[in-house]
Amino acid sequence: MSDKFIEVEHLRQYFPAGGHGKHKKYIQAVDDVSFSINRGETLGLVGESGCGKTTTGRALLRLYQPTGGRFTYDGDVVFDVEKNQWAQMLPYRKKMQIVFQDPYASLDPRMTVGDIVGEAIDTHNLAANKQERYELIIDMLRKVGLNSEHANRYPHEFSGGQRQRVGIARALAVNPEFIVCDEPISALDVSIQAQVINMFEDLQEEMGLTYLFIAHDLSVVKHISDRIGVMYLGRMVELADSYELTTHPVHPYTKSLISAIPIADPKIARTSKRIVLEGDVPSPLNPPSGCRFRTRCPYATEQCAREVPEFREISPGHYAACHNLDKVQ
Amino acid sequence: MAEEYLVDIKNERLSFFTPAGEVKALNDVSIHLKEGEVLGIVGESGSGKSVTAYSLMGLTAHPGKLIGGTLQFNGHEIEEMGEKEMRKIRGKEISIIFQDPMTSLNPVYTIGNQITEVIRLHTDKDKKQAYARAKELLELVGINEPEKRLKQYPHELSGGMRQRVMIAIALACEPKLLIADEPTTALDVTIQAQILELMMELKDKLGMAIIMITHDLGVVASMCDRIAVMYAGRIVEYGTTDDIFYRPHHMYTKGLIRSIPRLDTKEHERLVPIEGTPVDLLNPPAGCPFAPRCEACMKICLREMPPVTQFDDVHYTQCWLNQKEAMEKGEANE
Repeated sequence: MSDKFIEVEHLRQYFPAGGHGKHKKYIQAVDDVSFSINRGETLGLVGESGCGKTTTGRALLRLYQPTGGRFTYDGDVVFDVEKNQWAQMLPYRKKMQIVFQDPYASLDPRMTVGDIVGEAIDTHNLAANKQERYELIIDMLRKVGLNSEHANRYPHEFSGGQRQRVGIARALAVNPEFIVCDEPISALDVSIQAQVINMFEDLQEEMGLTYLFIAHDLSVVKHISDRIGVMYLGRMVELADSYELTTHPVHPYTKSLISAIPIADPKIARTSKRIVLEGDVPSPLNPPSGCRFRTRCPYATEQCAREVPEFREISPGHYAACHNLDKVQ
Repeated sequence: MAEEYLVDIKNERLSFFTPAGEVKALNDVSIHLKEGEVLGIVGESGSGKSVTAYSLMGLTAHPGKLIGGTLQFNGHEIEEMGEKEMRKIRGKEISIIFQDPMTSLNPVYTIGNQITEVIRLHTDKDKKQAYARAKELLELVGINEPEKRLKQYPHELSGGMRQRVMIAIALACEPKLLIADEPTTALDVTIQAQILELMMELKDKLGMAIIMITHDLGVVASMCDRIAVMYAGRIVEYGTTDDIFYRPHHMYTKGLIRSIPRLDTKEHERLVPIEGTPVDLLNPPAGCPFAPRCEACMKICLREMPPVTQFDDVHYTQCWLNQKEAMEKGEANE
């Protein structure tokens, strides 16, 4: 099974939320999520707030202690909760990096941009001397479209788009293979978003990177990803090739999610019909039994309340978890 | 004619006098709106879209000052009205929905309390009647079990529900104009669809005009009759929705439309971004504010602000390139 670069099986991440003994409650942020990513590929994760997409990314990097599941990186086990197997993370931190959502909060305001990028180089002893360290830093800044003057400045001197570039340079400094991009563009202005998306694509080509691209904006995810996984309330509901998913979605949630996106074309927008979902997302503290989408699903039956739908392959490479796929229009 | 317009803003200029210097937030902004029309204002953060709408409600924040132009709304001269007079029309003839429903409701009062406050202030309904009206309003905005909700506090409701309550408060006195300041930016897509649908439904039912402020071109495409594209405190292009999307003339509008990824393409197309960074309003360029980022920038663009180029009754831009093209066309005709 080592042809898969990133392989995640039955990942679970619960957070304790009060209560004691047998009354102890858990937020089931991620529940039984499995996927794999090939080398050089981009997998997009979409879903509404609270669906567990960010938690999934962070759990993989062991920024949390996963509650269950198994994660193999290029054939080596990073963690396997059932077998209680936990790899040393330091060597993996050099291979896996993350770009955070908010470029205003994720950079230390008291460090210069050069030091922010250089910190990772120091941790992993990548530079033999000061001169080499400096050159590495400048090299990284150039890669993301900044220049050597910027190294001595502080984060507050930069605009949002430039800060996000610094965040990307920081992640690239250790020459990683796999990057989790956690909503890297949602805090940016529209005209800046396209610049950053193009940069992600160029860097991927240049450095052979593999991305897990997390965002709530489906049109952006579709643009950058080879395949897309849709999450709802901690579970993966559909996973397919990005064109297939946006043109032939099968899960009722994916369908409504796609129809809800406002299209920037007045003629299409006036004629297209939205599938408007009733109500709100239930609380992950007390998720519905069976299929978690059933409380908002127009096709829900009794079976949906009883049994958890299996996440199965409905056509080559297209997975979905729903009992009533044949009935969904 | 001027008296037909519900909103008539002419050459509004507004500056914020900060310790670091004067920030020209609005430069010669003109907006007209008829009854029942929906105007979309799009632009990046700092382009002045919210400032325009807030000034119409007399809500300009402290170092900000109106330094020129006239603002007319429904027969009122907004720029000459005092705070006391403003209060009479705020919430009654003109209301606003803010961006963040999490922070714009008062956490220590019940939902019922906050809705009846507006009704009691502007009408002579007594407590009981106001309460009944509040219940009606919650039904109107699609909240189930209104009796129960009226007694609840904001923290007990979800984001989408709170935004519905905000809309209920805004509509309590059936205003003529509703300003929606990024009403769905803080919400998820499926909830956004619900709220937009609701706003359009209520517009048809109550016949109010809407000014929709957003940075999302998708939202304006489906909702608006007219669109104003703002950049650095100026309206750089103004036209009907079809003008803006199918016949854009200003380079910034063209750039914006090109830089959004599309859902319906199979081939992987590379995005065409607008290069550079947004302008620093403290030190704006001498000429056209977009010139430093414009790919068709000419010498004159850096020196002088372009005049208005009118394409038809509605559609206009502020761009030297359009001006030049129009002149050449005009000469060719003669």
